[in-house]
Amino acid sequence: MLSCELGMKLVYAVLFLVLAPVAGGLLAGLDRIISARMQRRVGPGILQPFYDVLKLWDKEGVEGNPAQGFYIFSFLLFVVLSGVFFFAGGDLLLVIFTLTIASVLFVTAAYSSNSPYSQVSAQRELLQTMAYEPMMLLVAIGFYACCGSFAVGDILNSASLNIVRMPGLFLGMCFIFLIKFRKSPFDVAMSHEIHQELIQGLATEFSGRTLALIEVAHWYEDVFLFGFVYLFFGGAGLFTLVGGLLACALVYFLMILVDNCCSRVKWQHLLRCSWAVTLVLGFTNVVYLMFRMQGY
Amino acid sequence: MFATFVFGNGMSWLPTIMLFVDIVVAAAIFYYTCKHRYYWIGGLELVQLVMVLWFEFARGHGLRTTNPFIVDKFAWIMLLIAAVVGGLIVVFAVGYMEEFQKEHPEVPDRRPFFFGVMGLFLVAMFGLVMSNNLLYMYTCWEITSFCSFLLIGYTQTKEAIRNSFKALWMNLLGGLAFALAILLMGTQLHSVELTRLLAVGSDNRVVQLVAALLVFCGFTKCAMMPFSGWLLGAMVAPTPTSALLHSSTMVKAGVFLIIKLCPLFEGNYVGWMTLMVGGITFFFAGCAAIAQSDGKKVLAYSTVSNLGLIVCCAGLGTYAGAWTAIMLVIFHAVAKSLCFLCVGTAEQQIGSRNLENFDGLFCSMPRLSMCMLVGICGMFLAPFGMLVSKWAAMKAVVDAGQPLLVFFMAFGSAITMFYWAKWIGKICAYIPMKKELEEGIHSVQWVALRFLSAAVVSLCTLFPLLSSRMVGPYLQEIYRCNGSVLAPSNLLVMGVMVVLVMLLGLGYGRGRRNRRVLTQLSGANAGDNLGYLGAGERVVPVTLSNWYMDDWFGEARMQLWGFSLCAACILAGLALVGGGVLLA
Repeated sequence: MLSCELGMKLVYAVLFLVLAPVAGGLLAGLDRIISARMQRRVGPGILQPFYDVLKLWDKEGVEGNPAQGFYIFSFLLFVVLSGVFFFAGGDLLLVIFTLTIASVLFVTAAYSSNSPYSQVSAQRELLQTMAYEPMMLLVAIGFYACCGSFAVGDILNSASLNIVRMPGLFLGMCFIFLIKFRKSPFDVAMSHEIHQELIQGLATEFSGRTLALIEVAHWYEDVFLFGFVYLFFGGAGLFTLVGGLLACALVYFLMILVDNCCSRVKWQHLLRCSWAVTLVLGFTNVVYLMFRMQGY
Repeated sequence: MFATFVFGNGMSWLPTIMLFVDIVVAAAIFYYTCKHRYYWIGGLELVQLVMVLWFEFARGHGLRTTNPFIVDKFAWIMLLIAAVVGGLIVVFAVGYMEEFQKEHPEVPDRRPFFFGVMGLFLVAMFGLVMSNNLLYMYTCWEITSFCSFLLIGYTQTKEAIRNSFKALWMNLLGGLAFALAILLMGTQLHSVELTRLLAVGSDNRVVQLVAALLVFCGFTKCAMMPFSGWLLGAMVAPTPTSALLHSSTMVKAGVFLIIKLCPLFEGNYVGWMTLMVGGITFFFAGCAAIAQSDGKKVLAYSTVSNLGLIVCCAGLGTYAGAWTAIMLVIFHAVAKSLCFLCVGTAEQQIGSRNLENFDGLFCSMPRLSMCMLVGICGMFLAPFGMLVSKWAAMKAVVDAGQPLLVFFMAFGSAITMFYWAKWIGKICAYIPMKKELEEGIHSVQWVALRFLSAAVVSLCTLFPLLSSRMVGPYLQEIYRCNGSVLAPSNLLVMGVMVVLVMLLGLGYGRGRRNRRVLTQLSGANAGDNLGYLGAGERVVPVTLSNWYMDDWFGEARMQLWGFSLCAACILAGLALVGGGVLLA
């Protein structure tokens, strides 16, 4: 029984390892098509992100310093690892902490180049991490207060729909996902758009395979972030499976919509509003859940 | 090994000796306060000396103390920390002070005095963690206060003297609360034993008041927020002093006392006061650390912040809370002393401890940077101990049903990440032209740095063992229940991650060789990544600076908030507990 459970966990982890980059790449392609349609353009094909990465992979390898490739590889490794923990039904806090290591490694890679563009962006990235991290932790704590466990496996087995008790946390999380997915108005550190202000922010000093690894890491990250969205709706039944996937699709679409409607804000504004949202939507929801847990 | 044992029974001369020591310390304090005309600080000492003397002569004989000294598992942990970490700091100091005296010829060379005081400090710390009799603990407490005063004032500059007296008065205020607690306990409960206090339990209102006074005393020692000033002021001292005060001794004495009182905290105002002050300090001191560019000051604020977390966990009063607090004490002692020693060494080599000057430290001092990186990662990144404890802390806080603390935890963690990560970024910046600076580092300094780095890494892997062999048994004895705080599978995952990180480090440089290119500067790169061509083909050197966000996280602003909130909590806590006794 125990080995069976462990086996299932391993299967999920391997499925994530194999399928996440495919799904992530397709999502990125879809993102570009939808954005293009919103801007009355046709846009590239859905496979364009894959072509981009393959092209980057064949480029000549150049580097600004000997360490950056190492940092970026470690970054990818830890992103993948946190996703594996998540899909193997691991502890949510562990997932978030592992993701934090990944983002610190990414920032360190940008710092290591000692170029003004990437350093300014590295600090913006750190600021963004500081802006969204409390919300992520509150989401984990909220699940614990609601389902009695930090483990993804246990949360998915909870009897009732989590979103009913955690609407504030859900909205707050969607809000900070704008930062995580690097969407306007919060793409201050790195942006794929033409209107970017600081060359390519964090990724300024990376090219070729290193840049390709960053792209792949983001695919992995995007997929498992949707895993978080799914947790709010998830359960064993077919109905919740469909509902959860629909919710992910809706969140995805709304994020693209917001991305196309907003212009970039200053970092002060970013910090202020993400913390305010965390406090108003996230924290109050956690307070409610904790009182409920104690049986008030 | 590490069995609990009791000693000191039947040593009839012990009380006389301790009383004598009390008087000697007081006399020394009077001497210094009169010499520098801080008479009111002397007054503070006089009041508590009179209280203790009166108690000894009027009531002391009637008290029957059974176990003056108890060395339990927690005391063993503290002894090991003080001996190993404290010892390594002293070893480091041998090399450091030699260099220090060369660099600062204006400071009179009083090294024998310095090492003597350090030794006395460690001895007092040993005595403190072993004492069960509060009178003896008080004596050791006073010695540590006095020794820290002497160490902070070592250089005898105006600033050093001012800061040393600041440390003295704050700690003496704590000592006053300690003396009051002894007086109250001796007259009301007819005992001065810590075990007796725990045995009576927190249902007794007098016990609550005694605990509140002792906690207040702990606050002053471990620099909780209105009293954080002395620890920040202690930076003026040579680095080994700061390392000793911040990691293994002094502040740890404060949290030691608070953790000892843990079982008295659950569900009363003493616990409320403890966890609120801890939580508020954790958050605001962390914020203040963001706006600091002085390396030692960042470390100091991070110490205050982490101590706040420890106090906060202890204040929960639960098994999980106490477990987390003790784990944090261990990891913090090792990692923080390493950080301090690294900054001190770097300061000697590059002549500055400003983080802005740590640019590209990895190129000029690779081995030292590696040690520094281990220390910093030990303070906040995942597979390392501090974070594992923080993880447990979050769980403990939710289980204890403290929503406000959830807020402090969530935001505090994010803030901690910010100020450490930008430091890491600074030292990891690749600036190839810097020359090798590691030559001048004394070999004994390396011994201490290497040993501590190894300790940080190995503690992470020994984590489950530490929990099951030392911390667990101690808490089971105190709480009379069996608890596991973090699931073994998660600890295993953490262990695997530590190994993974080490393997990653070994794999450095094994990847594909790429063609080296110049980085993108804001103008045409002058060819060496160190400057760009400005107007008129002039080479402008690249200078990059970190963000400090002074408008947001300025020291004064954070102090205003932190001080007033903490002071309010302390006053409210003492008033509620004291009122409970008076009205009962």
